[in-house]
Amino acid sequence: MCLGIPGKVTEIRDEAGLAMGKVDFGGVRKDACLAYLPDIKLGDYVIVHVGFAISQVDEAEALKTLEILGEMGVMEPELMTMGPGMDAPAVVSDDAPGALTFDPALPPSSMAGPVA
Amino acid sequence: MKYLDEYRDPVLAKKLLAEIHRITTRPWTLMEVCGGQTHTIVKQGIDEALPEGVRMIHGPGCPVCVTPLEQVDKALAIAARPDVIFTSYGDMLRVPGSSTDLLALKARGADVRIVYSPLDALKIALANPARQVVFFAVGFETTAPANAMAVAEAARRGIDNFSVLVSHVLVPPAMTALLDSPANRVQGFLAAGHVCAIMGWTEYEPIAEKYRVPIVVTGFEPLDLLEGIWMAIRQLEEGRHEVENQYTRAVTREGVRLAQQQVMSVFEVGNRKWRGVGEIPMSGYRLRPEYARFDAELKFDVGDIQTMEHPACIAGAILTGEKTPLDCTAYGTLCNPQKPLGAPMVSSEGTCAAFFSAGRGLGSGSSFSNALPLVQVAPIAPEGAR
Repeated sequence: MCLGIPGKVTEIRDEAGLAMGKVDFGGVRKDACLAYLPDIKLGDYVIVHVGFAISQVDEAEALKTLEILGEMGVMEPELMTMGPGMDAPAVVSDDAPGALTFDPALPPSSMAGPVA
Repeated sequence: MKYLDEYRDPVLAKKLLAEIHRITTRPWTLMEVCGGQTHTIVKQGIDEALPEGVRMIHGPGCPVCVTPLEQVDKALAIAARPDVIFTSYGDMLRVPGSSTDLLALKARGADVRIVYSPLDALKIALANPARQVVFFAVGFETTAPANAMAVAEAARRGIDNFSVLVSHVLVPPAMTALLDSPANRVQGFLAAGHVCAIMGWTEYEPIAEKYRVPIVVTGFEPLDLLEGIWMAIRQLEEGRHEVENQYTRAVTREGVRLAQQQVMSVFEVGNRKWRGVGEIPMSGYRLRPEYARFDAELKFDVGDIQTMEHPACIAGAILTGEKTPLDCTAYGTLCNPQKPLGAPMVSSEGTCAAFFSAGRGLGSGSSFSNALPLVQVAPIAPEGAR
């Protein structure tokens, strides 16, 4: 349930007095509450967990780590692990119609992932 | 994806692994606290690639697994009410209660809905003013800011048909409970990166000092875990016991202040039972009295809850690292992700489910293995396969 995923803030708006926005995860755009990170700006990277931006990704630190470790990557189709449960509609873009009407009665084979 | 793919590079993983082998001179036992980390470690075969004698014990950081049976049974009793729309994070739905689970209840007609965010549950409450909407507020410190915000927003906007069934647990008391146990073998911890992203790591400094254990705040990608293991072993080899931060791109010492403030304005710390472990003093959050009208346990009389665990399940010993799923007679036979006897087989954060999905102990002919061991096997994808 503690998996969070880094994404880019592409929209910031006020929703009934609450700071909300959209975050782009490699093409999948999800709504996220931005209230806990008041200094966040468009284009910043944040880690999103259960619909909340919980941390701004420190670009300098990220690059420093990568510098130490080298540079390059192998893609693994694991975007699916971003939600609080593989059953959750976590990877359905909020731009898609019916994003929240995901049927939970999926076969268990779709259970792959989330997360402390 | 940026900040994700870079931390999954098998070539770098091998370099880090070689470095771990180079600095290790003695057997060490480490615990990764978080179930998300367990998932990566088991799936990628990181534990099996470590030097002989270096052992990873899989920690209790699976919120689905430690939510006490009483709370699951209360959830089932509330969800069965015709006036209730019961909302939950997806992975709680298949957690076995004493007699059934939320998904089975839904199949029998109960209005049980999965939400991604507790704010979605709030939206459902707004759209259904004549019904009671209950959210199952489970999790560690990572979900607490989200769950607290939903309650605070319900209060601010006067959404009185919304309530929460709270079962919140905290990492540091679980670590000290483990360290206080005479059976403890853990010599160093990988702390849960996203818990620390919110809370910072000041709470861990007295633990490292008192128990003389290295604690390394660690992320979730294969390279994060390998680096966290390397940092913990380096401390052990050098006789140090400090809090170090591997997950520098996401975690600061102080954490996210606004989130901490919101959590503490809605919740207070209290004793909490952990499924399979028992009660740990001051190890969870409960609603503050001023938010009592959003407490589902007060709103709905669920009667006497008589709980019963499956006799074959050894979830408690698994959660504390005393046993592994391979020690369980029901693992892979009576108990599997399609029909879990205990919570660790439900969520992919659970040790049993992590073992199962990696095909551990299921025989070489198992069709269940969908693991892609990044560490042990040569690079998975050919150049340009992305």
